[in-house]
Amino acid sequence: MKALQNFGEYTLLIFRAIAIPERWSEFFKQTGKEIYKLGVDSVWIVIFISVFIGAVITMQISLNVNTPLVPQFTFGYVTREIILLEFSSTIMCLILAGKVGSNIASEIGTMRVTEQIDALDIMGINSANYLIMPKMVAFMVFIPVLSILSMFFGIIGGYLVGFISSDIITIANYELGLRYWFYPYTIVYSIIKSVVFAFIISSIAAYFGYNVKGGALQVGKASTNSVVMSSVMILTFDLILTQLLLT
Amino acid sequence: MIEVKHLIKSFDDKVVLKDISTIFEPGITNLIIGRSGSGKTVLMKNLIGLMQPDSGEIRYNGRNIIAMKKNELKLLRREMGMLFQGSALFDSMTVLENVMFPLTMFTKDSYKERCKRAMFCLERVNLKGAENLYPAEISGGMMKRSGIARAIALNPKYLFCDEPNSGLDPKTALLIDDLVSDITKEYKMTTVINTHDMNSVMNIGEKIIFINQGRKAWEGTKDEIMNVNNKALNDFVFASDLFRKVKETENLAEQEG
Ligand SMILES: Nc1ncnc2c1ncn2[C@@H]1O[C@H](COP(=O)(O)OP(=O)(O)OP(=O)(O)O)[C@@H](O)[C@H]1O
Ligand SMILES: [Mg+2]
Repeated sequence: MKALQNFGEYTLLIFRAIAIPERWSEFFKQTGKEIYKLGVDSVWIVIFISVFIGAVITMQISLNVNTPLVPQFTFGYVTREIILLEFSSTIMCLILAGKVGSNIASEIGTMRVTEQIDALDIMGINSANYLIMPKMVAFMVFIPVLSILSMFFGIIGGYLVGFISSDIITIANYELGLRYWFYPYTIVYSIIKSVVFAFIISSIAAYFGYNVKGGALQVGKASTNSVVMSSVMILTFDLILTQLLLT
Repeated sequence: MIEVKHLIKSFDDKVVLKDISTIFEPGITNLIIGRSGSGKTVLMKNLIGLMQPDSGEIRYNGRNIIAMKKNELKLLRREMGMLFQGSALFDSMTVLENVMFPLTMFTKDSYKERCKRAMFCLERVNLKGAENLYPAEISGGMMKRSGIARAIALNPKYLFCDEPNSGLDPKTALLIDDLVSDITKEYKMTTVINTHDMNSVMNIGEKIIFINQGRKAWEGTKDEIMNVNNKALNDFVFASDLFRKVKETENLAEQEG
């Protein structure tokens, strides 16, 4: 019952947020700022994690499937599939839910408890629209970039393993695996997923932040709750989207 | 002029405002006083339309805010300015940008004109020189001043202040009171102020409404407030030793004279 009510409130808030901005110039200015804050600032962590996970996946597969029956190039193939299909979108977004989601929830939550949102409302500004839409647009526009970076550097991570030790996998085999049975659609699929996840992360975080009541403690709680909730939703939608897009 | 008629507001089954009627006049400072939890903030939030009352009317020069459509309300909001208890300045903007913000959103003026107007408002509240600082870098008193400057940027007809001097030292508090009072007179604004500070009551209380447990228990001016026969009001007024002593001295003087 409570969940249903929350979902109703969430839907109303997001509908209120998606409206024509009061001032387009202000909207673009805010969106630009948010792209920087939510997107560009996440580039390093995405690259860092992707390189390591790409390397680790390759090593794990190689070490665990170490039998002459399986040709070495399949390790490259499997690494590619994992990175393109799931890692660059789902896992990356789970990580970003922690970084970006908590950032959005705590920023909007702080504005709520310090009456900054009331201040916008009394000026006659649609506060939901002014605060939430630039964040949602910015994150959804920038997430494909993060997703592609993640794919690229994940693959690079696998290469590094080949460079370091050709016992684990040779570069030639890795490359052969990368090219094997490659459908460019997997990239499209992954990007579509990440855009949906970006919507989930930014809108849920905004909802939790916007509805904070109380003080700093509640802001912290809201930000934690938003991360938990968006992670659950990301995994749920991962299942749904995989069913819709790949079968 | 703002007229309030038979205002009732409850949360769930708790009635917070019980049938409040009064009039807030233009050009004077209207004070809403009462103990903590008496319903002052709730009354103000109803006045400005951030909360919907259960029943009653709130008329801005005859226009009932409760029955207003979204667009009408939006236009009326352009005529309102509000100073929040914690100032509610936007953290991500400098003082100048904060004051310019309403102008940016609602006027078609050029950057230069907006800047000029914002600087004028900042000067009016004696804040010249702080325009490029962020809210985190200025003192509480300066934040209140910036909040006032932002509230008056669009030349509002109605000014609302929720506890304008809470958290300030007595001297700064009086300065802020005087500033609000001066601006009210200068621009003939209808100003409504929430306070529980007896100092401000005696300083700028041209019209005072005393709220006790959600009811309007008394209405009058600062000249009358010391000599009212009302238990709740007396408890409020003479809660501080200072005002009790003032009253005793007055009584003594009367007896002797
Ligand atoms: N959103 C709300 N939901 C439920 N109850 C509320 C809400 N807002 C206020 N109240 C209740 O209304 C009563 C009056 O609160 P209000 O904030 O108006 O007091 P106040 O006179 O402004 O006090 P203070 O001087 O401490 O600011 C309180 O008992 C409070 O619990
Ligand atoms: Mg209050």
